[in-house]
Amino acid sequence: MSFLKKALTKSPWVFHLSTGSCNNCDIEIIDCLTPRFDVERFGVMLVGSIRHADIILITGSMNKKSVKRVKVLYEQAPRPCAVVACGTCSCGGHFFRDSYNTDTPVSKTIPVDVYIPGCPPKPEALIAGIVKALGKLDEKRKNR
Amino acid sequence: MSKKIIPVGPYHPLQEEPEFFQLHVDGERVVDIDIIIGYNHRGIEKLCEMRTFDQVVFVVERICGICSISHPSASVNCIEDCARVTAPLRAQYIRMIIAELERIHSHMLWLGLAGHFIGYNTVFMWAWKYREIVLDIFERITGNRQSYAMFKPGGIRRDIKKEEVPKIINELGELERSLEMFRGAVLDDPVLHARLKGVGILTREDVITFSAVGPTARASGVAIDVRKDDPYFAYDKVDFDMIVTENGDVFDKVIVRVLEMFESVRIIKQGLTGMPDGPYDTPLKDMPPGEGVGRAEAPRGEVYHYLRSDGSNTPARYKVRAPSFMNVATNAVSAVGQSIADATLTLAAVDPCYCCTERMQAVDYKTRKKVYNWSDLVRLSQEKTQQLKKKF
Repeated sequence: MSFLKKALTKSPWVFHLSTGSCNNCDIEIIDCLTPRFDVERFGVMLVGSIRHADIILITGSMNKKSVKRVKVLYEQAPRPCAVVACGTCSCGGHFFRDSYNTDTPVSKTIPVDVYIPGCPPKPEALIAGIVKALGKLDEKRKNR
Repeated sequence: MSKKIIPVGPYHPLQEEPEFFQLHVDGERVVDIDIIIGYNHRGIEKLCEMRTFDQVVFVVERICGICSISHPSASVNCIEDCARVTAPLRAQYIRMIIAELERIHSHMLWLGLAGHFIGYNTVFMWAWKYREIVLDIFERITGNRQSYAMFKPGGIRRDIKKEEVPKIINELGELERSLEMFRGAVLDDPVLHARLKGVGILTREDVITFSAVGPTARASGVAIDVRKDDPYFAYDKVDFDMIVTENGDVFDKVIVRVLEMFESVRIIKQGLTGMPDGPYDTPLKDMPPGEGVGRAEAPRGEVYHYLRSDGSNTPARYKVRAPSFMNVATNAVSAVGQSIADATLTLAAVDPCYCCTERMQAVDYKTRKKVYNWSDLVRLSQEKTQQLKKKF
């Protein structure tokens, strides 16, 4: 059970950041925390402030009004931190790439470590993505 | 004492969507409130104009993930109205079943979040646990937990198989038992009574002034429901009650939503048993120039879609009006005068949905600057009403 071992040795605190999403990914993220999946068993906790976060979960298509705020929030995050783009909108823009009010994809604004495609990604996929982000966090820690 | 401003948002742990409330407070009491939105505007209406009529349904499905079938419902009604096509009866029944399943999952979600807002996390976990039953049904019959891509103009994409029906009815029974437990545990709890009764009262007059819709209006004694007033799909062929309460406080909004879930279960059961055999799709041949209007009762209230076609394969204009747009504005009366602790609950009580709400943004063409903010838009709208009043 490498996942268990990994998750239990370091409990990642995640912060959820919606940049103009349709709620689907956001609901699935919260769904991960509720009884069916309950990732809190492994120490994954949703925190209210980005200053406590190890992993940032970004959803949505990066609305132009959000860009400035997302940059500020990213600067506030403690280092090292991993950024996970959840859902097709934040990975590649979905059809919102044609929109006049979005600045897709998210990687144009802040660097992204892990991509989880899907509209919306299933909770299983989200959990797998968070585990991958743990590996990235380890790498970042070593390179410091 | 001078007024202080407490900013709530735009990125805060209370709700999953970005929105920005400025609470003007005098001590503990909220005296005024500013609602600043625009963090979720994605230009959906313009995107619809770049898509063919078949694709429009997918685009509007992405307006909101919680009501990911209400917008397609209004959209197919609207496109079929313009194309003068009626979907087969079996398709209408299946559409109704999907829409009601979604109402249950949406109300469950809200109840859970409401429990979370008042620090009652047991309710949150319960509600989300039982919600999984609905999501499982969805995954089996549509293939996805959310964003089902089930509707298309002229019918539906996938049929419900005969052998699925008893399974779904069985699971609905399980759901009903947990709802029953939920009703007893939540509505008889003295803490919840103390915390929710008399909080955030919205009077009948206010509802009418702000044109609030859905459970927000029904909790204040305004009997308004598109399913009854202007039946679409197969709602005129099933028997159900409209839940209306009188007090207009947060407790009544909870009651309306809990009881509506039981009505939804009733509708789904009648739909599954009364569903006729036959085709579930009619091809949409061509789109005549003209206009179409579609309405649907979303879990939050009436969704209204308008379409103008010029005879080509894309809409010339597509307009969406979502229920939260009116419901969020009622916070201006219901949250004022409360304590700060109650205000957050009141703000959440209308079940706001910002991804639905944000439809418009004005940009100065030369300077590329946004010229209208929220208050400007309100002022513009008021001035227009005044002008119209003088005219007539």
